[in-house]
Amino acid sequence: MTVERSLVAEGVTLGYGDRTIVDSLDLQIPPGKVTTIVGANACGKSTLLKAMARLLTPSAGQVLLDGKSIHRQPTKQVARVLGLLPQSPIAPDGIAVSDLVSRGRHPHQGALSRWTSADDAAVARALDATDVAHLADRPVDELSGGQRQRVWIAMALAQETDVLLLDEPTTFLDISHQIDVLDLLADLNRDRGTTVAMVLHDLNLAARYADHLVAMAQGEIIAAGDPAAVLTEGTVRRVFGLDSRVVPDPLTGRPMVIPIGRHHTVAEPEQAQTV
Amino acid sequence: MTGVLTTPAPTALTSVVAGRTRRRRRWALITGILALLVVVVFSLSLMLGQTAYSPAEVWGVLTGQRVPGASFTVGELRLPRAVTGLFTGLCFGMGGVVFQSMLRNALASPDVIGINTGASAAAVIGIVVFGLGETTVSFLAMAAALAAALAIYLLAYRNGGSGARLILVGIGVAAMCQAVVSYVIARAAEYDLPAAMRWITGNLNDATWDRALPVLVAVLVLGPVLLALAGRLEILRMGDDTAAAVGLPVERSRVLLIVTAVGLLAFGTAAAGPIAFVSFLAGPIAVRLLGPVGSPVLPAGLVGALLVLVADFCAQYAFGTRLPVGVITGVLGAPYLIYLLVRSSRTGGTTL
Repeated sequence: MTVERSLVAEGVTLGYGDRTIVDSLDLQIPPGKVTTIVGANACGKSTLLKAMARLLTPSAGQVLLDGKSIHRQPTKQVARVLGLLPQSPIAPDGIAVSDLVSRGRHPHQGALSRWTSADDAAVARALDATDVAHLADRPVDELSGGQRQRVWIAMALAQETDVLLLDEPTTFLDISHQIDVLDLLADLNRDRGTTVAMVLHDLNLAARYADHLVAMAQGEIIAAGDPAAVLTEGTVRRVFGLDSRVVPDPLTGRPMVIPIGRHHTVAEPEQAQTV
Repeated sequence: MTGVLTTPAPTALTSVVAGRTRRRRRWALITGILALLVVVVFSLSLMLGQTAYSPAEVWGVLTGQRVPGASFTVGELRLPRAVTGLFTGLCFGMGGVVFQSMLRNALASPDVIGINTGASAAAVIGIVVFGLGETTVSFLAMAAALAAALAIYLLAYRNGGSGARLILVGIGVAAMCQAVVSYVIARAAEYDLPAAMRWITGNLNDATWDRALPVLVAVLVLGPVLLALAGRLEILRMGDDTAAAVGLPVERSRVLLIVTAVGLLAFGTAAAGPIAFVSFLAGPIAVRLLGPVGSPVLPAGLVGALLVLVADFCAQYAFGTRLPVGVITGVLGAPYLIYLLVRSSRTGGTTL
């Protein structure tokens, strides 16, 4: 059902005004996979995601969607293939949930073509999938943070794209809703073959849900690949400047990061048992 | 969360369709009522005055028959005045709500941030210094309004600006243009004063067909353009990033919206002067009436027309002396401005 799309950054240099944040960086988003991008605050991961979604024009290099420069393709045409959920979208005052989600259908409507039943169906599917159908008529600004986040994801889903980029989709969510959202994205990837790439803060969830993990620091990619190979104690130190233990997650066997702070020394296993 | 994206549950589909239909009906209903009110008020303003004429007599004048007395009073005095009021109201309402929606702030109204005042300043200079005619003054006002909009934008957006800074810069630009208007009027020859005075508060007392026609044409040309752009304005309200993500060419849409809105505002200002606070009030009133359904552009235009027509009627007949219409709208708008300023200093924002 979904066409596999290639999304590649070639030597992109990104910044705002005179400030360069990312300097000639290469990145490939593997088609049909889930990619997560992790890194410290202000390391350029959101900037990179924006560039991959053509929201930011690189001062050097280019982003290629299906082999063609994404900035040279008509933006509405790109929006039918690639969706993005930005970090802090703005809900117009008082707008109803289903009205907001309907705006995800914008790229599917021509200048003259009217709203069709296919658009209604796409909106209903998106509401259903994110479990907000019962809120369809409620104003978005009266919802809780978690509900609101799911509504925004519904808007991105209604766009029905082959590639979906998300900038910290789990912010504002409690742990169960974080898992809900990530499960939903995993379903989307598995059942429809949608290519998913997202910036995540939680290293353990990033490792658990990723087929491909990208670790960034100071505008550079420190490591990229299989989470088990990428997420090591050395990577955590280079990316976050933090000492940690990385152990296999008892549930999935994926790497799990246990941070070491100044107040907690490493307990040896036998000492731990005696306490 | 339920399984993924195959067929939607029937209940979800029903509520999506029902919600969409309900919102569309509500928009049509409110807009229809507003349009009807505009027609009623417009007709009344032709019929009532020092001498009242019957609907039949007014209709006679409109269809070109000779009606003793009415042909002059209605045809030459009331009709151009009402037409000017109607179309400037549409201009101010539609143009104003574009800025308020785009900047998500009711204070970002063109009559607060100096776009109308920029048009005034140019028009006064055109009339008093260069002795230009109506149409030339209209285009000069348009150019100046665009220049004011551009100046505000550049001053506020160097280094990435915020809506609040844009409003503050705009208020500064407005004060500067106001000073230019006062200076030129102070130096004006006495016979230029009546024409130039119109540019201080906004006035329909000397409305003529010469002045009504440019604004009428502007609404007929730019109005449909702006309505066609209204969908883009709705998408822009979700923030630049989201708008770009759903495939809207953000910068181009913004420029098109601003140029069209400024065009309407400038022609409105050229016809009747900067009628105080019509833009500022029309958008928020329309949004309150509508609720969050559909685009507020056309309803705001209709509210603007209602405000101007009703305020002008009051200005003519309610006080024994003929006041400029801007005095009445100013009295209405000022308390609302104070209310918004107080509220924004408390909550940090005044969304539309």
